[in-house]
Amino acid sequence: MIITKEDVGRISTLARLDLREDDQSLFAQQLSGILRIIDALAEVDTEGMNQMVSPAGLTNVFREDIVLPSVDPEEALSNAPDREGAFFKVPRIMEVD
Amino acid sequence: MRPNELKAHELLPMIRRKEVTVEEAVTETLHRIAAIDGTIQAYITVAGEQALGKAKEADARLAKGEPARPLEGLPVAIKDNICTKGLRTTSASRYLEDFIPPYDATVVRRLEDAGAIIVGKTNLDEFAMGSSTENSAMFPTRNPWNLKRVPGGSSGGSAAAVIADEAVFALGSDTGGSIRQPASFCGIVGLKPSYGLVSRYGLIGYASSMDQIGPMTRDVKDCALVLRAIAGYDPSDSQSYPKELPDYTGCLVSDISGITVGVPKEFLEEGLSDTVKDAFMKALDKLEELGARIMEVSLPHSRHALAAYYVISSAEASSNLARLDGVRYGYRASGCEDSASMMAMSRGEGLGPEVKRRIVLGTYVLSAENHETYFNEALRVRSLIARDFREVFEACDCLVGPTSPTVAFEAGEKTRDPLEMYLSDVYTVPPNLAGIPGISVPCGFDEEGMPVGLQIMAKQYDEETLLRVAYTFEEATEFHKRRPEIQKGAHESAGGERSV
Amino acid sequence: MFEPVIGIEVHAQLKTESKLFCPCSTRFDASPNSNTCPICLGLPGALPVLNKKALEYGIKTGLAFNCQIAESSGFDRKNYFYPDLSKNYQITQDAFPIGTNGHIDVMSDGTMRRVRIKRVHLEEDAGKSVHEGGAITGAAFSLEDYNRAGVPLLEIVSEPDIRSPKEAYEYLLMLRRTLLYLGVSDCKMEEGSLRCDVNISIRPKGSDKFGTQVELKNLNSFRAVERSLEYEVQRQSQVVADGGEVVRETRHWDETSQVTVSMRRKERAEDYRYFPEPDLPRLSIKRAWVDEIEATLPELPWARRMRFIRDYELPEYDASLLTDTQELADYFEAAVREYGQAKTVSNWVMGELSRLMNATGIGIERVKVSPGDLAAMLTMIDKGTISGKIAKTVFEEMFAEGKSPETIVKEKGLVQIADEDELRRIVDRVIEENQEVADQVRAGKDRAVGFLVGQVMKLTKGRANPTMVNELLRQRLSD
Ligand SMILES: [Mg+2]
Ligand SMILES: [Zn+2]
Repeated sequence: MIITKEDVGRISTLARLDLREDDQSLFAQQLSGILRIIDALAEVDTEGMNQMVSPAGLTNVFREDIVLPSVDPEEALSNAPDREGAFFKVPRIMEVD
Repeated sequence: MRPNELKAHELLPMIRRKEVTVEEAVTETLHRIAAIDGTIQAYITVAGEQALGKAKEADARLAKGEPARPLEGLPVAIKDNICTKGLRTTSASRYLEDFIPPYDATVVRRLEDAGAIIVGKTNLDEFAMGSSTENSAMFPTRNPWNLKRVPGGSSGGSAAAVIADEAVFALGSDTGGSIRQPASFCGIVGLKPSYGLVSRYGLIGYASSMDQIGPMTRDVKDCALVLRAIAGYDPSDSQSYPKELPDYTGCLVSDISGITVGVPKEFLEEGLSDTVKDAFMKALDKLEELGARIMEVSLPHSRHALAAYYVISSAEASSNLARLDGVRYGYRASGCEDSASMMAMSRGEGLGPEVKRRIVLGTYVLSAENHETYFNEALRVRSLIARDFREVFEACDCLVGPTSPTVAFEAGEKTRDPLEMYLSDVYTVPPNLAGIPGISVPCGFDEEGMPVGLQIMAKQYDEETLLRVAYTFEEATEFHKRRPEIQKGAHESAGGERSV
Repeated sequence: MFEPVIGIEVHAQLKTESKLFCPCSTRFDASPNSNTCPICLGLPGALPVLNKKALEYGIKTGLAFNCQIAESSGFDRKNYFYPDLSKNYQITQDAFPIGTNGHIDVMSDGTMRRVRIKRVHLEEDAGKSVHEGGAITGAAFSLEDYNRAGVPLLEIVSEPDIRSPKEAYEYLLMLRRTLLYLGVSDCKMEEGSLRCDVNISIRPKGSDKFGTQVELKNLNSFRAVERSLEYEVQRQSQVVADGGEVVRETRHWDETSQVTVSMRRKERAEDYRYFPEPDLPRLSIKRAWVDEIEATLPELPWARRMRFIRDYELPEYDASLLTDTQELADYFEAAVREYGQAKTVSNWVMGELSRLMNATGIGIERVKVSPGDLAAMLTMIDKGTISGKIAKTVFEEMFAEGKSPETIVKEKGLVQIADEDELRRIVDRVIEENQEVADQVRAGKDRAVGFLVGQVMKLTKGRANPTMVNELLRQRLSD
């Protein structure tokens, strides 16, 4: 498979990743190279194989419904790039076209 | 020898007998860092004051007659993608440059509870994505054996710190070889435990289904000592292995007679350098001489491991790193009008090129039109790879091969082509996919004096066999005793100076 | 003629103490970001651990909605960016929901309809954005509070089986009633612990094709669901009647002007890049566990309603009202156990008791009249100790003070006057004071007796035995 610059542009929007024009071209070229190797997966006969999500192979790991102290809100906000009172502050959510 | 030059198992009894105070051990380590780290650039953050404070507390406790804890007073370096409460944790990313976690990773708690003293946070490829520590947004780390070469990655800072006597031992993390490959490049011992053996809680997630924290030490005995302290069930990591574990220091028996050692033929094919192959063949002879039965085996699907690995790890990473959005912590781009562009710009400016490349790749393989062809297929190939291992472990107790196809390469040699960099993980990736343990131990040096690593792999949760074979090999060889002579100033042409 | 095709997605907050994947409290009114931790804030390195209670509640609800419970289930990541989503992925169930293929029976306009439940699954809630100026449009910035992030939700998705706005309303009522019976959710729409999204399309009656779907948002009450659907049926029918085409879009219900307003067109489905959550092991739900949970299920509203009709011979209307909440139904049954005559109890519960509860805003769980006291009062009426009319006064007093009917009757001297001599004296006095009316009765104007009875009652403050008064009056006036 070949990834075009447009693919990279579309994917980076999906991934909320601002990429410079030249990075988009470079990534398209580099990722196409990587995909050439990845495309070999199609040759493997995987008929009947399960999708292995985790090697731990565990099931049913739970915690009991018990409340433990939360962090202090000041601590929760201590790394905030911007805040107002005890809230994290973000620019407008409705997009500016 | 100074305390910081000793192995953990040598320093520990001296502290216990009060021949060395914890403060001395820590002070000497900090002196070494001050003297040499300008050249090696292993540390992103040195926690001198905090470490000295804790050292004094430890000495006071010991003076009162309290018993020494299992790792009492040992100066340890922590890879900077492991969260330390109140101590900056950057993951070598501009995005997290000022991030101070409000919590400790479970391994950090365990190390501190065992008495170890954190002297600092070590450099890595940004978010552990890379094999040379050149992808650090801070600065590259240099290989103490040859400053023009890379220390390997992504735990390059931890590996360099251990071999350059800047810490008695270190923790690294390994998703596709990030402990074993730098251990091999720097001539130390590095263990990637079975998936689930060591808690991931507090390890900044790269590929959740493969990430493991492990010890990086000067010999196998230290490795067992540290593993014993950090391994074990953690209710905060749902994938953590829930069973009782053996005392890993108990399996350090120098005897492998009757043990069957498999050699996967796929690990000796094209791409393997002659010097590494030579060292490996000699190691194989040594194992045979020590009484092991050597047997050629095949892992037929391992040649697809790298492809499956890059699909799965990038997919998981693209999701794990989505939380870096400029809202709650980390870097925020300025002057953005709306939240969506603030997020995109913060990520675009705060993350480095390799990280962005993998986010794009991961998003691509997960997107609707490629999900089945790439992601689901990679998960099925992963099943086959795991099955290959299960099958060969029916016939052998462990597997051996080279850790990396080459010795440490020159800085800048592979930074232009990401694909070439990826190829250096070809032998280390399969165990991560299958969840089995792998260790790298020094097994030789090339004609230029660069260390070569031997990788030993065992069944899932069979760290005992792994450590036993590694220990027996180490006892019969001298490679782990060799130390680099660091040529200050010799790196100058290599560039990549630390700016702070 | 067009018929609407309606599907409803409900998000119900589960009534656990702690969040779905971390031990933070789920309390509703905590100060901003005070119920947060590295896990629900999405800090690097933090990992989720599943709350067992939430899973059990999910299974319980699935069973109550007649779902098949998955033997093998698990969680997935739904990836999308939004400031209130702390990890920028939601841990939810995509491929293997806890429950599938269920149904809810609803009664609408006298007919029973079965609405199929497509799936029931667990997921975590997002945080809350507070917008500058109150609304997202026009706000220069927003403020994020992650207290709600990670709170357990159960998503209940119906098949597009609903055929009228009224039916949608009844479906939601039955759904909420069931969740309340199960005790798994508070279902408070005003606190956001129950939310619904509705899809509606229209098609010519009799057709089995589906039209273009419109999604409705901002539905803050079941009435809003019903009204917005009524509006949409009208609007969409008009669009088609005018030769136009309904567009696939999300529309916002404007409560003030009672119309739906277009929010955004859906050009194509969002790409959420779902994949199995690698941080959480899979779930293996064994039959024995499901059976164990099934054994804890209470009698559900529909079954209880049917039993009331069958066993107590109540009309459908009574049965439906009495089973609206478990507490009310329990109250009714307790009173019937003491008193015996179900219809009389039903009349009092639905009549006086409901009236007083509505007037005072007191819920059944806080009503001071015990079912036993109600039964005792009804027995007093039967025995003639108090009149039916006085009983209302007694009951009001019981409701207000929580005293037993015996105490109230004694304290206030409300015992019925059934002493013939005493009553005769009063009747004579009334006749004497109302000679004109008495003459009318004597002249054969029977209806005038009522007035005289009323006067007797007035003098006795309602305590006179009405039958005896009637008899005595006729006796006296025919002499
Ligand atoms: Mg949902
Ligand atoms: Zn929390």
